[in-house]
Amino acid sequence: MPASRSIDRHAGVYLRLVASVLLTLFGLLLATFLIARVVPIDPVLAVVGDRASAETYQRVRTELGLDQPIYVQFYRYVAMVLHGDFGRSVLTRNLVVEDIARFLPATVELATLATLLGVVLGIPAGVVAAARQGRWPDHLVRVLGLLGYSVPVFWLGLMSLLLFYAELGWAAGPGRLDIFLEDAVAPVTGLILIDSALAGDVAVFRSALAHLALPAGVLGYFSLAYISRMTRSFMLEQLGQEYIITARAKGLSEWRVLWRHAFGNVLVPLVTVIALSYASLLEGSVLTETVFSWPGIGSYITGSLLNIDMNAVLGGTLVVGAIFIGLNLLSDLLYRWLDPRTR
Amino acid sequence: MIAPRAALIFALFAAPLGSPAQAAAPPDAIVMGKGIDDIVSLDPAEAYELSGVEVVGNLYDRLVEVDPRDPAKIKPGLAVSWRVDGAGRTFTFTLRRDARFASGEPVTAADAAFSLQRAVRLDKAPALVLQQLGLDKDNVAKRVRAPGDDTLVVETARVMAPSLVYFCLTAPVASIVDRRNVLAHEEEGDLGNAWLAGHSAGSGPYSLRLWRPAERYVLDANPDYWGGAPANRHVFVRHIKESATQRLMLLRGDIDYARDLDKDQLDALARHPHIRIDHGVQSLVTYLALNQRNPYLRRPAVIAAIKHLVDYDGIERAILGGTRIVHQSFEPRGFLGAIDEQPFGYDLPRAKALLASTGLAEGFSVSIDVRNATPWTEVAQALQAGFAQAGIRLEIIPGDGKQVLTKYRARHHDIFLGEWGTDYPDPHSNAEAFALNEDNSDGAAKKTPAWRNAWSDPAMNARVAAAMVERDAARRAELYRALQRAHQETAPFVFMFQLVDVAAHADTVDGFVIGPGPAENRYAGIAKH
Repeated sequence: MPASRSIDRHAGVYLRLVASVLLTLFGLLLATFLIARVVPIDPVLAVVGDRASAETYQRVRTELGLDQPIYVQFYRYVAMVLHGDFGRSVLTRNLVVEDIARFLPATVELATLATLLGVVLGIPAGVVAAARQGRWPDHLVRVLGLLGYSVPVFWLGLMSLLLFYAELGWAAGPGRLDIFLEDAVAPVTGLILIDSALAGDVAVFRSALAHLALPAGVLGYFSLAYISRMTRSFMLEQLGQEYIITARAKGLSEWRVLWRHAFGNVLVPLVTVIALSYASLLEGSVLTETVFSWPGIGSYITGSLLNIDMNAVLGGTLVVGAIFIGLNLLSDLLYRWLDPRTR
Repeated sequence: MIAPRAALIFALFAAPLGSPAQAAAPPDAIVMGKGIDDIVSLDPAEAYELSGVEVVGNLYDRLVEVDPRDPAKIKPGLAVSWRVDGAGRTFTFTLRRDARFASGEPVTAADAAFSLQRAVRLDKAPALVLQQLGLDKDNVAKRVRAPGDDTLVVETARVMAPSLVYFCLTAPVASIVDRRNVLAHEEEGDLGNAWLAGHSAGSGPYSLRLWRPAERYVLDANPDYWGGAPANRHVFVRHIKESATQRLMLLRGDIDYARDLDKDQLDALARHPHIRIDHGVQSLVTYLALNQRNPYLRRPAVIAAIKHLVDYDGIERAILGGTRIVHQSFEPRGFLGAIDEQPFGYDLPRAKALLASTGLAEGFSVSIDVRNATPWTEVAQALQAGFAQAGIRLEIIPGDGKQVLTKYRARHHDIFLGEWGTDYPDPHSNAEAFALNEDNSDGAAKKTPAWRNAWSDPAMNARVAAAMVERDAARRAELYRALQRAHQETAPFVFMFQLVDVAAHADTVDGFVIGPGPAENRYAGIAKH
């Protein structure tokens, strides 16, 4: 194939990819905007409260642009976003961009550690369960997985606080840091573990890690439950294939059969599972954030939504959506890298 | 650089293995756990939410203050004395000379005039308290003036009860700000509003070190405060929404005060040997509102029957215990002229007879809008069970707080279960809300609860207007007592409970003052032993 045609083909693929990402983001923006406008809540209430005079109410309504037709409101908003301006949050009075920069790292730190726990413990658990199907390791992983699926995260969070924090005193309490250490390290990335390591502040690093342990453990458990179940099911599918029987017939060690041959093929779909699990932790850990007083993006978007703080809701949703799309894209690329057949 | 790196690596591995890292709490710092995500601004001209006005109350002084021990009384603030002229419209305040702002500047009458003018000009939500005095953007410069360094004059638009004027001036919106400091931070003619939302410029016992929305705020004590230095140096308030989390942190000693404990958490702490629980009745009342546009709810016998179908004591005991007390009139307990009579109780035969008298012996169906949050859904369920005994089929429509409020303000509800706090600690505040409705049209400017329920009673309107201008305090109190009794008999409002603000703390710390409203909650006395 001539080199120029190959480049053309790649350019076409990437253009389509970019176009689909932009279209998805626009769709997300439009859907969120319309949903927020359809809900029967008056956004002016969030600004002026319940008892403002009729004049104050009207003034704020005009300031918010709510007196304009909905398509004008949407057009104005899109124009702002294209200039990198998500507007100002009604509740925090900050630029939404600043708020997201403050709340998102807290969630990223928590979700990353939780996913790491889920991957490091969940994958071996799933592989072992598949290899010992029907025996006690499999039953154990199944029970753990079932509990992870069925126990409400809110309850598990509270129970873990009660046991490990209040009763045993093994873990630090809610919040990202001890309150007297807040602001001890200037934010660089917003990820306290990294910022304190960069600053060489051991006390803050230890406090951050101690505070992360419980919420990350709780979320990590749910991630573990999901990843181990999926790993087990993918592995069982592979272990029934003929190439595995061939490998065993050739006298390869069980370890090699499991990890090199079967797991090598499981890795491909597993990447998507891990990426989706990570993405869902980024936007879906509101309850954990509430129990652990964790100032994350989930709580921020939920609080904003309940107050119809539209700029914050749209900005937050767009950023989380972009991350979701980014992770999907990353898993697609990894897919192509791991599986030569998809290239 | 090897040593710090080695220390860091050691810490990395040691942290999760050892006991949790704990930064030692300074003995003069107080830590509270509280839900503070309602704070929108800490500018006194704008703060209107429960948590926000509490902070403003501790950062700023006002000309006069409510006496926390007797909320029907006024005590000196920045003003040492005050008087009203014979015509009853001109109020003159003499300011103390020893008060200084945190910036070091002395507090003058010019600052006080600027502060009141500023709040009216900014026209944010709490401006309605000052508008009550007849102040608006056009007349405020003329009606609020400082003829001398320590003399402030406030002229009302019409004759008003002096106590009403003074109580309006105890509200957070009437806080005195440092004029020079605020104007130095003015942006695009905003009178410093954007800056003051997250900073402080007051003469109160504290100044604001920082406020991170929905995370925390930190106050630093003002050691030179004219009223005496606070007993602590710093107050840290962390946003902890979950009641159970607050309890666990209190028990571990990570917070000194837990501020939002619900009934279950309070029950769990009640017998703890080292935990104390402070209570204070506050001015928030819980009520049912019956929309007069509903053909059933419009009938006087139905209104009376519903008042006898609420199991006030049972709900207080089983659902609200410790956080609300039974209260059956619109004026909060402790206010000037408030009555504490409880003419209603769960009386099924009487309710049935009343319904039968209006041809509704078989009952009827009606809906109730309620915030989808504890304990309100539980209260609605209890009401549903009680109403059902008399044949009233109550459909519960839960919704988010603002969603329910939007519907209520649009007069689209049947029954609304909600709470109402006073704007200022004068009886007119709630009398105006629940008894006054002079324009019942859809486009009315005033959307008080009376309007929201399409209830307008000309006789009631006249009584509210008369009580508002009565200059004799004793006679005024009597007018409000009579007004509440008449209201209890006929109004489509069922007042049920009054808020009890609760603060649980370790026995090694005390001194938090729970005032008659959140704006009067004070941190300055809190000390660790």
